[in-house]
Amino acid sequence: MINFDYIRMGSISSAVKALDKFPDAKIIAGGSNLIDLMKRNVMAPTKLIDINPLPLKYIHTTKQGVQIGALALNSQAADHELIKTKYPLLSMAINAGASAQLRNMATFGGNMMQRTRCSYFYDTTMPCNKREPNSGCSALTGINRMHGIFGTSDVCIAVNPSDMNVALVALDAKVILKSAKKERTIAFADFHKLAGDSPQLDNHLQKNEMITDIIIPENQFYNNSYYLKVRDRHSYAFALISVAAGLEMDGQNIKKVRLAMGGVAHKPWRLYDAENFLQGKTASLQNFEEAAKIAMKGAKSYGHNDFKLALAPSSIVEALLKASHLS
Amino acid sequence: MSDQKQPETQEKELICSSRRGFLKATTALTAIALSPSLITKAALQHADERLAAFFEKIPLNIEVNGKAYQMETEPRETLLDFVRERLHLTGTKKGCDHGQCGACTVHVDGIRVNSCLTLAVMQEGKKITTIEGIANGDKLHPMQEAFLKNDGFQCGYCTPGQIMSAIACINEGHANSPTEIREFMSGNICRCGAYPNIVDAIVEVKNGGMKL
Repeated sequence: MINFDYIRMGSISSAVKALDKFPDAKIIAGGSNLIDLMKRNVMAPTKLIDINPLPLKYIHTTKQGVQIGALALNSQAADHELIKTKYPLLSMAINAGASAQLRNMATFGGNMMQRTRCSYFYDTTMPCNKREPNSGCSALTGINRMHGIFGTSDVCIAVNPSDMNVALVALDAKVILKSAKKERTIAFADFHKLAGDSPQLDNHLQKNEMITDIIIPENQFYNNSYYLKVRDRHSYAFALISVAAGLEMDGQNIKKVRLAMGGVAHKPWRLYDAENFLQGKTASLQNFEEAAKIAMKGAKSYGHNDFKLALAPSSIVEALLKASHLS
Repeated sequence: MSDQKQPETQEKELICSSRRGFLKATTALTAIALSPSLITKAALQHADERLAAFFEKIPLNIEVNGKAYQMETEPRETLLDFVRERLHLTGTKKGCDHGQCGACTVHVDGIRVNSCLTLAVMQEGKKITTIEGIANGDKLHPMQEAFLKNDGFQCGYCTPGQIMSAIACINEGHANSPTEIREFMSGNICRCGAYPNIVDAIVEVKNGGMKL
């Protein structure tokens, strides 16, 4: 690992001031992704700002719902009584990701900043537009089994690897971002971006900003939530396809529905059209299949990941059946 | 559950910093002050590297297996390298060094983590427990006993990580069934395939109800 400057900050205000002063510095929280990337020379920041002493480790209820500090651990949330009972979709998604050890290290802010697991991004001997802009995309014509089918660009087809992000986008979460000069709140759905012609950027976080909070508005999905993750082994593997489904039911009638997918796009992928179709309809296999068909409009595969065009809709149906207790 | 946001208890600008910036400034000054022949001589004697090593180190107060250490660490030193190479506690194994195998599992303030994916410098003031710290003198930890009794290993390389993870798995409340144990032990890979016996060992300790 190439050596770097290390500073440890004691307050939010000093951390954002340091970001202002050192725009190329990287924040380190859990470090489970960043240190791995630094060992492989995929990322080589010259300065790390350790924010672990900052008072951002809380999970608490607010008037709007639940507020989670950027430094709250993934395991802390997954085992939290409030999250387990009121927001089980988040708990299920977190526990579907990584290992118990990594969930003990990974923070909410850090998980949001997690880089793609595209093997060409990790392999510094291969071209990769995300790692090195304009060097080319090896995955387009290479081994692209794990890659995207929605919103891909002709310079990058990598996917966001997080499970937590899929649940948060489904739950209409908001994110608070702070810089030395201002604070802004954006929709979680607007935090990550598609690759477009700037795949080196995973999200809209500015260089002088840090994530401080995630807010999940109150919802009534807790009786009918399911996170389905399809992967190469039963545990501790990245998603080929994942589906987060949350339903608010009135008998067999779907009052409200939230659907999102992982393993398919450069950002956690919300299925708005399928949601609109299902709203007000009866929970049935036929309606779920129709919703899945709608969700798949515009999907495009790249060879090794052709199977996702069949796996994705059947995963949507399965997650909806599980969430509505029809299977 | 508190409804209050935690107050910022301290408004410290900067808790700690490495001195590389200072080094860059001082070496420039040194270069001006020294005559070329002296610079050559210093370089030949690797004085620059020794100087760099001195300036790049950060003080570290850390407790490992109940013993307090006041050491210095280079920012890029992982916790794994620190316990193995600096404290010579080689029970913690380096398997993949990328957080994929779990052989390096240790407890930080009682929580299991991959020591290969965290920096030693980030552990200031923390209490670390490694496999060397769980037995009580000559008396093995119940989990060590159970691994022996249930034959929970073959080559033994993953075993320290498995045992550290297994203790935490029970303490976290995720050892209520073999299925749950398998899920919450999935971060520890065993290439010999001792998994069934590892699960048996954990079930036995869990059923024993002992405080670990």
